[in-house]
Amino acid sequence: MPVEKKYETPLLDQLETGEWPSFVKEIKAAAENNAMANDLLGLLEQSYREKIGHWKHGGIVGVMGYGGGVIGRYTDLPDKYPAISHFHTMRVNQPAGWFYTSEALRTLCDIWDAHGSGLTNMHGSTGDIIFLGTRTEELENVFSKLTAAGFDLGGSGSDVRTPSCCCGKARCEWACYDTMGLTYYITNRYQDELHRPAFPYKMKFKMSGCPNDCVASVARADISIIGTWRDEIQVNQEEVRNYAKSGLDITKEIAMLCPGKCIEWDGNEIQIDNSNCRHCMHCINLMPKALAPGKDRGAAILVGSKAPIVEGALLSSVLVPFIKLEEPYDDLEIWEVIENMWDIWCEEGKNRERIGEFIQRVGLGNFLDAIGLEPQPEMVAFPRDNPYVFYEEYFEEEEDQ
Amino acid sequence: MALDIEKVKEAMYKLVKDSAGMKKWKATDLHKACEELFGDEYDKRGIGKDAIKELVEEGKLVYTYFGGSYLEIPHKEGAAND
Ligand code: HEM
Ligand code: HEM
Ligand code: SF4
Ligand code: SF4
Repeated sequence: MPVEKKYETPLLDQLETGEWPSFVKEIKAAAENNAMANDLLGLLEQSYREKIGHWKHGGIVGVMGYGGGVIGRYTDLPDKYPAISHFHTMRVNQPAGWFYTSEALRTLCDIWDAHGSGLTNMHGSTGDIIFLGTRTEELENVFSKLTAAGFDLGGSGSDVRTPSCCCGKARCEWACYDTMGLTYYITNRYQDELHRPAFPYKMKFKMSGCPNDCVASVARADISIIGTWRDEIQVNQEEVRNYAKSGLDITKEIAMLCPGKCIEWDGNEIQIDNSNCRHCMHCINLMPKALAPGKDRGAAILVGSKAPIVEGALLSSVLVPFIKLEEPYDDLEIWEVIENMWDIWCEEGKNRERIGEFIQRVGLGNFLDAIGLEPQPEMVAFPRDNPYVFYEEYFEEEEDQ
Repeated sequence: MALDIEKVKEAMYKLVKDSAGMKKWKATDLHKACEELFGDEYDKRGIGKDAIKELVEEGKLVYTYFGGSYLEIPHKEGAAND
């Protein structure tokens, strides 16, 4: 149904003038047929003019049985902008690796055109398909159409958030394990934790196939699963020479920038001291035809990163330096470690304390002890810099003497 | 005799109802309270999890979000517009 234009938007219009894609253009396109999108233009223009936001958080809306997936919002100007009196966001669990058929995309858009603002965010930083703006009474309609089409809601609040991953083996030769397969498995294994928030705060899994970490899991996932290898970087010397011939300065661009200082180039062959390699991917990224991750591939499991919200930013720390990630995933030992971690975090964690903050508070040594893992050298971020591990046998020996 | 799930649900519902407006309960708080009430018979990963699931599916409790996720008696919240 065409919507009559009601709003002059001089400030928003300026955002269409640059050379970049503009969300204003998209909202205007949706507003031609959608009253919610149209009122959103009016409200946004008013906010820009006044420099005041006009949204209220709603804490109680959702679909029956689930505690996540819907984020409630209302405007504080419902009389002026009645179509967006309610403007709830729905998170829809994306397919692993974000692969769709065009038919699936049409299905999603048709559902949202019929029951919401028509505005989506493909995809949110969480990885989900984000449906922006609908009314409380439409939530169940959207949900039932989504499930009929094979989709489900994602996570929000203090639950397992929608797991996400890089495209892995589907498109990338560097993938050291099947990120999409593992993500699908984790999504299914932890359905209950995803839909029924039971933790002190959110819990994110992100899976990257190699240390390039295209989903930035080391910086923003409570559990980061990052592909790596434990044998030697594969080298094709002929291709190395070709890179040199075509003008790549291997000494300057690669050897001197190698953080492990473990590459030598004599003008004919490259030598890598793999025992000092940090698995940073730098050399491989610069010479993809010549170098590749080793053949004995798996992943490192890290824990505890988060963006700054209640407290400052944290990067993940190594929990398991190397594990083979092969089917059947049910048999992997990491699930028990993860579930033990959740138990002690639920037992002792404070409200809104991410697991990384919890580990900082109690100390990594105590934490490892509680979940039954032995400290290992890979867990030390900087030698002699974070002495959180105490080897009790030393103390015992001293006492014996 | 094994613990009856209806008893657990009743206890959880009472905890939430009696303190509505004064205290917000997270799932972990309910588990801790039930561990005190029912002792070793109470298993939070089993009967505890099921009890919360059933209470929510029956509409007796709803999940809410205020910074973190809580379980509450369904009600109209202050922020809600008509
Ligand atoms: C000038 C206007 C706006 C700007 C510049 C803006 C910017 C952003 C940015 C940068 C993000 C993070 C996106 C990501 O990393 O995926 C975000 C997320 C989000 N925004 Fe906006 N936003 C605007 C307006 C709005 C409005 C009007 C709404 C709803 C009424 C909204 C709802 C959301 C939601 C729900 C998310 C989270 C999506 C997720 O889960 O990742 N935003 N916004
Ligand atoms: C002064 C204004 C605001 C502040 C300080 C603020 C702050 C925050 C913070 C700290 C988070 C948590 C981020 C996270 O969980 O990763 C958050 C989440 C969010 N905010 Fe806001 N926000 C504001 C306004 C808004 C507005 C106006 C909207 C929508 C119109 C909005 C939509 C959201 C959504 C959808 C989320 C995600 C909730 C979730 O992860 O479950 N926020 N906001
Ligand atoms: S993280 Fe590694 S494996 Fe995954 S897409 Fe990026 S480069 Fe490829
Ligand atoms: S991966 Fe990084 S540390 Fe290892 S050899 Fe290449 S540049 Fe050096």
